[in-house]
This record gives sequence, structure tokens and C-alpha cells, in this order.
Amino acid sequence: MQKATIQLETLTCPSCMQKIENGVKSLDGVDKKSIKVLFNSSKVRVEYDDEKVSIKDIENAIDKLGYEVTKSQVKAL
Amino acid sequence: MQKFILGRKNHITIVSAILIIIAFVSKLGFENEQIAIWALVIASILGVSPIAIQAYQALKVKVVSIDVLVTIAVIGAFIVRNYEESAIVTFLFLFGAYLEQRTLNKTRSAIKELTQMAPESALKQVENGEFEEVEIDEVDVGDILLVKTGAKIPVDGTVLTGEGHINEASITGEAVPVSKKKDSGVYAGTILENGTIQITADRVGEDTTFGKIIELVEEAQDSKSEAERFIDRFSKYYTPAVLVLSFIVWIFSRDIELAITILVLGCPGALVIGVPVSNVAGIGNGARHGVLLKGSEVISDFSRLDTMVFDKTGTLTIGNPKVADKEIYADNVYEVLGYLASVEKESDHPLAKAVVEYIGDIKLYTVEKTDVVKGGGIVAHVEGHKVAVGNVALMEQENILLSEKARADIARFEKNGNSLVLTSVDGELKALMGIRDQIRPGVKDDLKKLKKLGVKNLVVLSGDNQGTVDLVARELGLTEAHGHMLPEDKATYIKELQEKGQIVAFVGDGVNDSPSLALAQIGIAMGNGTDVAIETSDVVLMNSDFSRLPHALGLTKATANNMLQNIIIAVGVVLVLLASVFFSEWMNMSIGMLVHEASILVVILNGMRLLRYKLRK
Repeated sequence: MQKATIQLETLTCPSCMQKIENGVKSLDGVDKKSIKVLFNSSKVRVEYDDEKVSIKDIENAIDKLGYEVTKSQVKAL
Repeated sequence: MQKFILGRKNHITIVSAILIIIAFVSKLGFENEQIAIWALVIASILGVSPIAIQAYQALKVKVVSIDVLVTIAVIGAFIVRNYEESAIVTFLFLFGAYLEQRTLNKTRSAIKELTQMAPESALKQVENGEFEEVEIDEVDVGDILLVKTGAKIPVDGTVLTGEGHINEASITGEAVPVSKKKDSGVYAGTILENGTIQITADRVGEDTTFGKIIELVEEAQDSKSEAERFIDRFSKYYTPAVLVLSFIVWIFSRDIELAITILVLGCPGALVIGVPVSNVAGIGNGARHGVLLKGSEVISDFSRLDTMVFDKTGTLTIGNPKVADKEIYADNVYEVLGYLASVEKESDHPLAKAVVEYIGDIKLYTVEKTDVVKGGGIVAHVEGHKVAVGNVALMEQENILLSEKARADIARFEKNGNSLVLTSVDGELKALMGIRDQIRPGVKDDLKKLKKLGVKNLVVLSGDNQGTVDLVARELGLTEAHGHMLPEDKATYIKELQEKGQIVAFVGDGVNDSPSLALAQIGIAMGNGTDVAIETSDVVLMNSDFSRLPHALGLTKATANNMLQNIIIAVGVVLVLLASVFFSEWMNMSIGMLVHEASILVVILNGMRLLRYKLRK
């Protein structure tokens, strides 16, 4: 398992959170309970299985929703 | 294409504003309907495109967002050829979003200041022994780093070589620089004010104390209270419900105008954003003033506090005993104090340390034949004199005669809560010192402020004897005082209060009191930026600064009030709008959108007031 902290462009609408959460949740290999979208610091924290899904996949999923990823950090658990 | 449009939202907003102005000028000024209509049509299509894209993205992940409501409403207005409304609604929505972002950034500024203090690069030693500038992410545990004057310490580490003074304000809130030399610990985010040092990295990135503080504050801002979770659940169903309602209205009334007006009015904006805004502003204010509040649950509990329980040593008192009273029974004061200091230097007993510190610089003598008497003190020979330093029991054992006056002094010193150190030279009592832990300066005023803020009971619990604890309680005006308490007794005491239905805060120093800190609804640690203190408690007072406590309490009360105000504003606005759709003539989509966006700005501005919150004198 890996733990990623993904910094996004500034989030402004609270419905963004739900969108991002659902978007990331739909990926296979992501620990659904671990997803945390931090509205005020515009960050996503998530744990995932790197054999099933890569950080690039997660970044792409968020990007496709229209939110730019500025930086992500991955740490092995 | 999507990105292109979304990235140019602000431009689109300006262009559609210009088009709307052109439309009105040509319609009213030149009575040219044709140009007016075309301008409004272009403004509508341009304006709705970013909103529609966001709506589509939301629907894809099964979320009915505000964008969905607005998009349908605009399309509806378009179908009934009300281009004026469609253009104005999209413009107001985009403009509102822009203002929201601007003001939100303000409320978040306090936290941003904090994260911007995080180090970004480091000078890392590479293979040939030279130092090279690298990104902070490339630093690993064990790396050797160079820090020059004026630079930020990039990681938590240990000084390898060099000396310097470090400003640790970002961790401790204390601005006086601390001296560091070989083997001293240094913290990420602190600033080297002078000197040059090389350090080994012990902890990097999010594992550093500074990283933990940031993570904590970030999570705290977004942690949700019961009320907020309810609102979240509510809005999840609320938005689709508005959609259904407007559809039903349309089916029955066949009035598209009415149906789309409901869509716009039903947007839950202020409700969803009102509480988080108060939260982030309140926590941000705290972070600026050395108070770390861990989330909105803490804010709500803290603001309704009944009883505050204090640990004594290290919390109400400094935790560092000092000589408070003294009597000298000799003419050769200087010599006696010199003997005393020389003997006490041999010991590392806390009382001995206090004595040495009190006497300060003095001529020292060679001490011979030192004999430590357990539970009594020290007997030694100095310059051919037999010197005994210790308590009353030691004096009796040494057969030293205590005069009438000395006995009276001893009784008086003890009554003041002192521990005694007596000194005899060649069988005669020469000096008496009373040592006690000092009450933190300003604590009395702070406790008064807490009482004024509505804390009913102020209780002190301590392992010390009841007499000493009573004395502290009397001096500080506490309501209750209990001595002889072990850590588990304190926890039991807190549990009993809670069973009586009270909301209890425990203020302690974080290490030996962790059971009580964890048990109390609000655990407040007098932190020095230590990990234990940060992790076990709900509120951390940086740099052990007791004076932040009244600010913390006042702030949570203000924040809780602010949240309530925002909920009332948001719910009130929606109710008034919906009622006016059905019972008034003047309500339409544009006015609805205007009021809706205005209410969002009002709750954000209301939340921002918390950033400037200060405890009234």
C-alpha cells in the first residue's frame, strides 16, 4: 500500500469535494475509506494498492474532473 | 477544450458583463432589439459553457451539484427565449464564484502563512564532499546538510559541527533565539539567525515536528462537527430534491419560468460553505496566536465548557523550584554562602540546584570528606570547618541547637509552602533557605479572565501535599484543590465530573498526564512542540504559554457563535426566497441568483471577522 498526498489548485466550491471523492473512489485499487479531500488546504490524501493503480491514474482521474494537480507526494506504508 | 474554457472563467465573466451592458445600451438607448438579443444570446452561451462542463463532470461521478441546477435553469430560460435572464444568471453565478474564491483565500491566509514557512530546499552534501542545493523532497534521513546564516533549517536533525543561534518561533512561538552547538537538536522551519552549522537529518518532510503541526492544522480545518456532517448529508439529498421539486412544479403548472426560478433559488451555496468558513477562520486565528485547535468538534465542546482542571507543577507553576525566602544568622555572610554553594555544587538534587542558582557567582572552596545523608542532606568539610546542609532532621541528627527565632522562621517558611534547606557551620546554624516552585507570572489574571468567560469551576489536582496545593489554590482564587493525587486518581476525578454531565477540560504538561488529557472532552497540552503533547491533546498551547488559554476559550466561543449565525443566515435566505417565489410578484431568476450569491458572500465575510478576533480586555 502507498499513501499519497496530492496538492491541487485552490478548491473553491464545496461540491468539488464530493466530485473528487467520488471520482477517486471509482478507481480500482484505491482504499475507499482512506480518501480525504481537504477543502481548505486543497489537498487529497489517499491510500492505494500500487499493484492495481498508479499515482498517475489517480492524478489523471482528478485532472479529468477539471482540477489541476500541482504536486503529489507518495510514501510507502 | 474543457481546460481551455475552465481556465478562462474570469475572462468569460468579464466578456459576458460587457455583452450584457452592450445589450442594455442598445435596447434602451437605441431601441435596437436585434443587437440586444444577439448580445444576450452570446453572453448566455459563453457564460454557461464553463458551468455546463462542471455540471457534466459532476454528473459523471454521480453528483448533482449546484452547476447542474444552474445549467438546467439556463437551458430552460433559453427554451422560453428569456435571454435576458439566462445571460444575467450565468454572469452572476460566475462573478459570485470569483468573489467567493477571492474572499475564501483571505480566510485561508492564516494557514497559508504557516505552510509558507515550510522549507523548500536544502544544501545537501554530495559524494565529493561539496554541498549542493536540492529540493526538500530529495533529502533523506541520514543526509548531511549545511545551513548558513539567515537560512531555514530544512529538517529535524542534530548539529554535527558549527555553532549558531536559532529563532524557533515557528515551533515554540518564542522569538528569543536559542543557542545551538554540536549535538543540539534543531527543528525544520526554524531560522538560523547567526553562525553556520552542519546537521544530520533525523526526520524529514511530514515526519518533522513542523510537518506534523501543518498536517494537524490542515486536518483540523476540514474535520467535521456533528452539525456539519448533518449538513453534508442534507445537501447530498437537498440538491436532487430541488431538481425533483422544480420538475413537479413544471408538470403541474406548465410554467417553465416558475420551475427554473425554483432551480436557481434552491441552490444551497451559503449553507454548505457557511460552517467550514467559520471553522477555517477560527482555527487560522488560533494558529496565528499560538493556539492549535484540533478541529470543529473541539471548538464546539470547548465553547460550552463547565469545569477546567489544572495540573499544578509545570502548569500553574513554572515547575522549576527557586529560593523564595531566606534568613542568615551570621555576620560573615559571604563566607557562609560560599561554603553552602561549594557543598551544594556536589549534589544534583533539585533543591541544591535551586540554592546554587540563587547564590550565583561566588568564591568557591575545596570540599572534602563529603557524606551524603539519605533523606537528610550533606555533611562535608570545607576549609577545615564542618559544614552540614540539609533539612531539620539532619540538624537534629548533628545536634545543632535551633534558637527561638530560628524555630519561628522555620514555622513561617513552612507555612508559605516552602521546602527548607538549613546550613550549619561547626555546629551552629548559619543560614535558612525556603525553596518553592513559583507560580507562573500572569496566571492569576488569566484565571480571572477564564472565570469571566463563563468557566464555572477551576480545579487544581496535584501529587503534592494538600497544604501546598491549598496555598496555590488560595493565592490564585481556584474553586477546588486536591493534593496527593496520582495520575490515575486525576483521571478518576475527571470521570466523576463527566458522569455528572459536565464538560471538562484538563490542562497539563502532556507527558505524565496523558490519561487525563485523553479522557477529558478537551485535553489541553502545554506544549513545547513535543510529539506527545501534540498528539494526545485536543488543544495545544505553543511554547507552554498559559496566557493563550483565555484567548483560546474566547476564540472557540466566538467561532461557535459565528457558525450558528452562518447557519441561520443560510437557512433564512433559502426560506425567504422560496416563500417569495410563491407569494410575491417581483421574484425572478436573476434576483434569486443575486440574493443567493450575496448570501454566500455574507457568510464568508462574517466568517472572516474571526481572523481579527482578539480577547476584549
